[in-house]
Amino acid sequence: MIRTLAKKELHTLFVSPSTWWMLALLQFIFAWFYLARMDDYLQVQAQLAQMDSAPGATISIAAPLASVLAIVLMMLIPLFTMRLIAEERRNQTWILLTTAPISATDIVLGKFFGLLAMLSIIIAACAVMVCSLALGTHADFGLIAGNILGVWLLAASYAALGLFFSSLTRQPVVAAFGALAVSFGLWMLEMSSGVVRVLSPNVHFQNLNVGLISTADIIYFALFITGFLLVSIERIRRERGGV
Amino acid sequence: MASPTTLSAHNLTRFHGGRSVVTDVSLELHRGEVLGLLGHNGAGKSTTLQMLAGALTPNSGRVEVCDFDIARKPALAKACLGFLPEHPPLYKDMRVDDYLTFAAKLHRVLPAQLTEYLNLAKQRCGLTDCGKKLIGTLSKGYQQRVGIAQAIIHQPAVVILDEPTVGLDPTQIRDIRELIRELGNNSSVILSTHLLHEVENICDRALILQQGKVIFNDTTDELRRHSDIESSFIRLTAMPTEGATK
Repeated sequence: MIRTLAKKELHTLFVSPSTWWMLALLQFIFAWFYLARMDDYLQVQAQLAQMDSAPGATISIAAPLASVLAIVLMMLIPLFTMRLIAEERRNQTWILLTTAPISATDIVLGKFFGLLAMLSIIIAACAVMVCSLALGTHADFGLIAGNILGVWLLAASYAALGLFFSSLTRQPVVAAFGALAVSFGLWMLEMSSGVVRVLSPNVHFQNLNVGLISTADIIYFALFITGFLLVSIERIRRERGGV
Repeated sequence: MASPTTLSAHNLTRFHGGRSVVTDVSLELHRGEVLGLLGHNGAGKSTTLQMLAGALTPNSGRVEVCDFDIARKPALAKACLGFLPEHPPLYKDMRVDDYLTFAAKLHRVLPAQLTEYLNLAKQRCGLTDCGKKLIGTLSKGYQQRVGIAQAIIHQPAVVILDEPTVGLDPTQIRDIRELIRELGNNSSVILSTHLLHEVENICDRALILQQGKVIFNDTTDELRRHSDIESSFIRLTAMPTEGATK
């Protein structure tokens, strides 16, 4: 059932021209940024060559690209998540799901995985671009993998957060702004000092960004995603008045 | 009655903003029966139907579909239900075939039966030639038909239709009435409507709601007994209900 719902979400995303425009535009921005970083790197390459343990091409090009991807996704994902539940409520199609013999868990997970599949496509396209570094130099695939994993986990976290806000309201715009505000707030936490800092997904992303894959970060993301999915399920379950 | 009960509601009450919209509504529906739900605008027809379909939880009372309590065993109860809400829940950017297949899968139709059920539902609703069309490009009447097809595709025991003939032209209305009568052979149908002769033509029983209360619940013959159905309806709804407030 989750698969049926996820496939439907993916289908809905890909029949809308705006999705294709967005994908094309993103790819253009990333390519631009990638080439710009590449240029910068080539300019300073001669000086770097004289240094001991100079930063390699991967950390100079791939890692900043992943950070840009992370920020762009943070701003973009609320626009997708607002459609998942809030817009269905407004379009009065939500009732089809609530009167169907499926559980709130099916609905939430179906929508989550549908969106995640689409986000994975964006990330994969970016990954292929970064892997093209290997054509010209010795690319650090471990670092690239860490970055991809980081961006993917971050995207999944924002998707779960956005889904929760979408489940709260029937106004897509409210859902989008709510999710964006909280994502932004969490991002700002990164600049603070002290204990609250660890609450920010970006802090955990940064470890992966420099190639440090630690269990603590993975657990943080897993908790973040499961937590928001669980409260969304609970919210829908209560709304349906079900057990 | 000999035929088994497929849908029963006991003392449904629903408040909205501190005011009761539906008060103490009980009804029973048997297999092969078509029940018409009548009432003025705002009498609580849609609210009642939504509670029967499990889209809205009653503040008190309970609903049983095919002997399953809809609040306790929602998956089993809802699998026996087909529901067309007031606004058909259509995804405008999907094709008719894709949408109906999705609706069938949601209602747990087995993959092996999908094509058969899809073709049958399309044929019954006169949608055979529209399978590849986008729902958003269809006219209101055709969208309504897709909405009905969505409600009957999994061949449920109980079909709930909220104003199924709104927006249809006279020929389509006739077709849909025939379809409802046909559905009434194997399943139970409950529909709400404003059209009195619709009730007269296709319903075995009628239930009239006035300000959220049941004021009439009997066969259509009974409604017709004294005078024609229209004057009976007007006479019944003109009587002040107990404790009614404007």
